[in-house]
Amino acid sequence: MAGVCTRVTRNLNMEKLRNGYLFPEIAMRELEHMKKYPTAKVISLGIGDTTEPIPDVVTSSMANHARRLSTVEGYRGYGAEQGNKALRKAIAETLYGDLPIKDTEIFVSDGSQCDISRLQLLLGSNVTIAVQDPTFPAYIDSSVIIGQTGDFQDETGKYQNIEYMPCRPQNNFFPDLTTTATTDVIFICSPNNPTGHAASRKQLEQLVEFARANGSIIIFDSAYAAYVTDDSPRSIFEIPGAREVAIEISSFSKFAGFTGVRLGWTVVPDELLFSNGFPVIKDFNRIVCTCFNGASSVAQAGGLACLSSDGLMAVQSVVDYYKENAKILGDTFTSLGLDVYGGINAPYAWVHFPGMKSWDVFTELLEKTHIITVPGCGFGPGGEEHIRVSAFGHRECILEASRRLKSLLS
Amino acid sequence: MFTVCCEAHTTKVSRNANMAKLQAGYLFPEIARRRSAHMLKYPDGQVISLGIGDTTEPIPEVITFGMAKKAHALSTLEGYSGYGAEQGEKQLRAAIASTYYGDLSLEESDIFVSDGAKSDISRLQVMFGSNVTMAVQDPSYPAYVDSSVILGQTGQFQKDVEKYRKIEYMKCNPENGFFPDLSTVSRTDIIFFCSPNNPTGNAATREQLTRLVQFAKDNGSILVYDSAYAMYISDDSPRSIFEIPGAKEVAIEVSSFSKYAGFTGVRLGWTVVPKELLYSDGFPVAKDFNRIVCTTFNGASNISQAGGLACLSPEGLEAMHKVVGFYQENTNIIMETFTSLGFSVYGGKNAPYVWVHFPGQSSWDVFSEILEKTHVVTTPGSGFGPAGDGFIRVSAFGHRGNVLEACKRFKQLYK
Repeated sequence: MAGVCTRVTRNLNMEKLRNGYLFPEIAMRELEHMKKYPTAKVISLGIGDTTEPIPDVVTSSMANHARRLSTVEGYRGYGAEQGNKALRKAIAETLYGDLPIKDTEIFVSDGSQCDISRLQLLLGSNVTIAVQDPTFPAYIDSSVIIGQTGDFQDETGKYQNIEYMPCRPQNNFFPDLTTTATTDVIFICSPNNPTGHAASRKQLEQLVEFARANGSIIIFDSAYAAYVTDDSPRSIFEIPGAREVAIEISSFSKFAGFTGVRLGWTVVPDELLFSNGFPVIKDFNRIVCTCFNGASSVAQAGGLACLSSDGLMAVQSVVDYYKENAKILGDTFTSLGLDVYGGINAPYAWVHFPGMKSWDVFTELLEKTHIITVPGCGFGPGGEEHIRVSAFGHRECILEASRRLKSLLS
Repeated sequence: MFTVCCEAHTTKVSRNANMAKLQAGYLFPEIARRRSAHMLKYPDGQVISLGIGDTTEPIPEVITFGMAKKAHALSTLEGYSGYGAEQGEKQLRAAIASTYYGDLSLEESDIFVSDGAKSDISRLQVMFGSNVTMAVQDPSYPAYVDSSVILGQTGQFQKDVEKYRKIEYMKCNPENGFFPDLSTVSRTDIIFFCSPNNPTGNAATREQLTRLVQFAKDNGSILVYDSAYAMYISDDSPRSIFEIPGAKEVAIEVSSFSKYAGFTGVRLGWTVVPKELLYSDGFPVAKDFNRIVCTTFNGASNISQAGGLACLSPEGLEAMHKVVGFYQENTNIIMETFTSLGFSVYGGKNAPYVWVHFPGQSSWDVFSEILEKTHVVTTPGSGFGPAGDGFIRVSAFGHRGNVLEACKRFKQLYK
């Protein structure tokens, strides 16, 4: 469009970003497909979006809080930027139980995607990061935006200056730390999006040891902790020594169906110090007070209800519902002779299609079964040849999807 | 023989030098701290808060009903919704566009719904990056300066002048009618402008904003226009920068439901980025803002958005006007009080803030004296910038009884 340009130079970091962010890209393809096949019943196992209603005990609490905002006694204005005290306490006591996490170390937020960017703001452009490969894209994209990376290299599918830690079946989906270069920050997601792998206690002990030895900060994304079935750790803070090297982020999104309600939290231990001894928590608090104004009080009321004993039971049964979905999907792919990973400790199945390009598999699955998945390369070059299948969906859709997959692939 | 204590483990990660530049904490938590300390000292003091601009009156029922309804719907199969569009729900974007920008030819797709102006300001800064220069009014809402420091756009704080290097401070005082003398302002990439103004309460005139838009155009700058208090305008001052011809090619507008609907805790706002706004290479700013919103954000709470939609129904709009009217009446009471005591009083007419002049006095000293002697919390003008010194900001949010009581105490102190 013809128009008058300002003389403001576009942020070079924005220029470095490749294409659109992965999930809006998938959403766009879904829309195009639905236009092409208006009568097809598209089943979305792509974007990991929760589908089941939030239990009454939680929504009634939010509705009550909203109604009370219309009363003199119940009206509340600005909340503490760090979050409602009762909620911070409930998170500490209910979700970190025997671990010595204080309520003052918990910062309530409007979700992990925002927290990741606020952490990047805190860290600034002069730090180096390591990510798993494949990985949830927000760690990389936020790193590019903040200016921590170099250019994207088409040949490798990687940004310069990021350390990519391959996670494959061969290394049990955990980075080989003996070959990992030192970086300031290490992003680890466990249970993992997209591979579904939950790191073992031993793996996390090695990670904490590695971070201690190298003076690094681990940012541990435990958004899927509620999906852990076996005795894999649910929090990095179960590992001794983690308090001095790790930040943990988590979310009510997949735990309570809060993907639209928006609620999460970040734990920054008091003992975590920058190289000059300055506590990281002090700077994170400043970021939260300056760049944010607290999570919605209505969402926080919902969070508190989730952590009551009735609430916990209710949201856990929805989690179990999705876990059953994951099992059905996992079994489907296994019965078709494909190698399937994840699915046991996470709501994602990570399916291997050897020798095939993941966007091609995505497209073929979409065309022939009207099922949306996510191509593994969207999560990094290490995701190539894989497809992520998300287990969020109504049971009948999951079963229907299984039927269609069996028809196509058997 | 003696035991050596192990030293605490420090990481080898350098603290972000930009964070180290910040002076003290963000202003309003500091005010809150002083208020809490005062309440501990005087447990029977009956502290009245006219400091932090926090709404106090209940949200009209038509609005909370909308939110309660959405909350209940999330427990049903038909009513459950997960992730929303990061830019906001279509209906709400359309309602904002038609309600506030109807005759200004801005569309739903130009509107980005958020969890509030404070978050939006930082997201805009993240988008602009560290290699831009910025100008702010002096005094101004602290988030513009603080976010600029955090992003690395500024140099060090200079204690003698109380300014950060590389920021262009545009003085706004009684002498220049609280509008910057643009002939003395250096070119910067970004210009933050808030009108009606927090903290001075001044609303820029059409003529002034026309000059500002021209200034931005001549300099190729981007104007970030904060219109969070537009509903408080009682005369014919412009409510949106886009009322000014040519503004679409130079301006972004940030706004909020906080002070309109009492949504300070509910969290809902919006940013307008016109399609016509382009970087120097022709790239549309809205495309980058969209990318920022999709990557560093995940949408405002769907329950808050349902509240926002209810706000913009005819009943909701009427209800919001009533509450705004209530705070406007508070503002009149406060203005009258200080005027009757012989003070030079500014603002108030078009904003819920009264800017009172205490010539020759340190504003933190005045703040402390008022707090000590009347148990009323205000905000010292220097917290908003060096040109704020000598002024106190009195916010008009409060129950009528408290506002009247506070004014009674002011009259006693300053009679």
